[in-house]
Amino acid sequence: MRLAILDSGHGFWAKALFAFIRAVSRQPTPEALKLIAYRPDFFGTHSKKITHEAMRGSSVWSVGDRELMAAFVSTANECDYCIKAHSAVSARAYQDAAKVSATLSDLETAPIGEPLRATLRLLRKLTLEHSVDAEDMRAVLVAGASREQVEDALAVAFAFNAMNRLADAFRFSVPGPDAFEAGAKFLLARGYR
Amino acid sequence: MSDIRDVRKALATRILEGGGRAPKPLRRAAFDNAGLSEPLLTLVDMVAKRAHAIADDDVAAARASGLSEDQIFEVLVCAAVGQATRQYDAALAALDAATRKE
Repeated sequence: MRLAILDSGHGFWAKALFAFIRAVSRQPTPEALKLIAYRPDFFGTHSKKITHEAMRGSSVWSVGDRELMAAFVSTANECDYCIKAHSAVSARAYQDAAKVSATLSDLETAPIGEPLRATLRLLRKLTLEHSVDAEDMRAVLVAGASREQVEDALAVAFAFNAMNRLADAFRFSVPGPDAFEAGAKFLLARGYR
Repeated sequence: MSDIRDVRKALATRILEGGGRAPKPLRRAAFDNAGLSEPLLTLVDMVAKRAHAIADDDVAAARASGLSEDQIFEVLVCAAVGQATRQYDAALAALDAATRKE
């Protein structure tokens, strides 16, 4: 972390929670949790609600699909921490790590449905170019995604376009795969609340 | 359908209008990525456009300009949420345009 307050500036209860998580998971405190738990009244409390609703709220997209979108947006933003974290959750949700890695390495040949492929294409353009137009949207709708599905995907993109930037700006340190596996297990069981 | 409209507004209102260590006009400028001077001009624009390329020195420059860590924390949160908000709003407007009944 580039800011010492995000490593060690938390209050008593947050520190107690971190110690508990370290003991149970036998992994370091997740960097994302350190951010969310720092002065939660400023950012974390609302941010958690947004992420939980986008990732676990009612949607036609499965949890695996939405975690894949998170990993995909993170790939466009080149956010190593978030790519690894959400690839792990998506792989576990789908019970198919090959599908996740195939999608992140080549969207056009990945073994996924056309509505999801077109939606990911849209999210990549939005993330890289910061804007999309009606023509881009029509292409997704024609591919079979509903308006509601597009809105749900945009909610995922919002959450991760904010979080990727913060992970990189604050320089989340990237742990080994075991830590992300433990995190994925937790996020699938409990979500982001 | 998942619904983040209200909580997204609540987050923006909180970070821009609520209490904080950084002055409100500075938080607003970071959110808008407009009207800043160095070193925050560069740092906030990097958060918006290429956060992965931010280096320790970029954040150190903000600290050296006299900002506390809490102020930097707030400014960077505003910058990140601001850019994500512009992207989201642009996409929703495009979706509305694509689905508008003739």
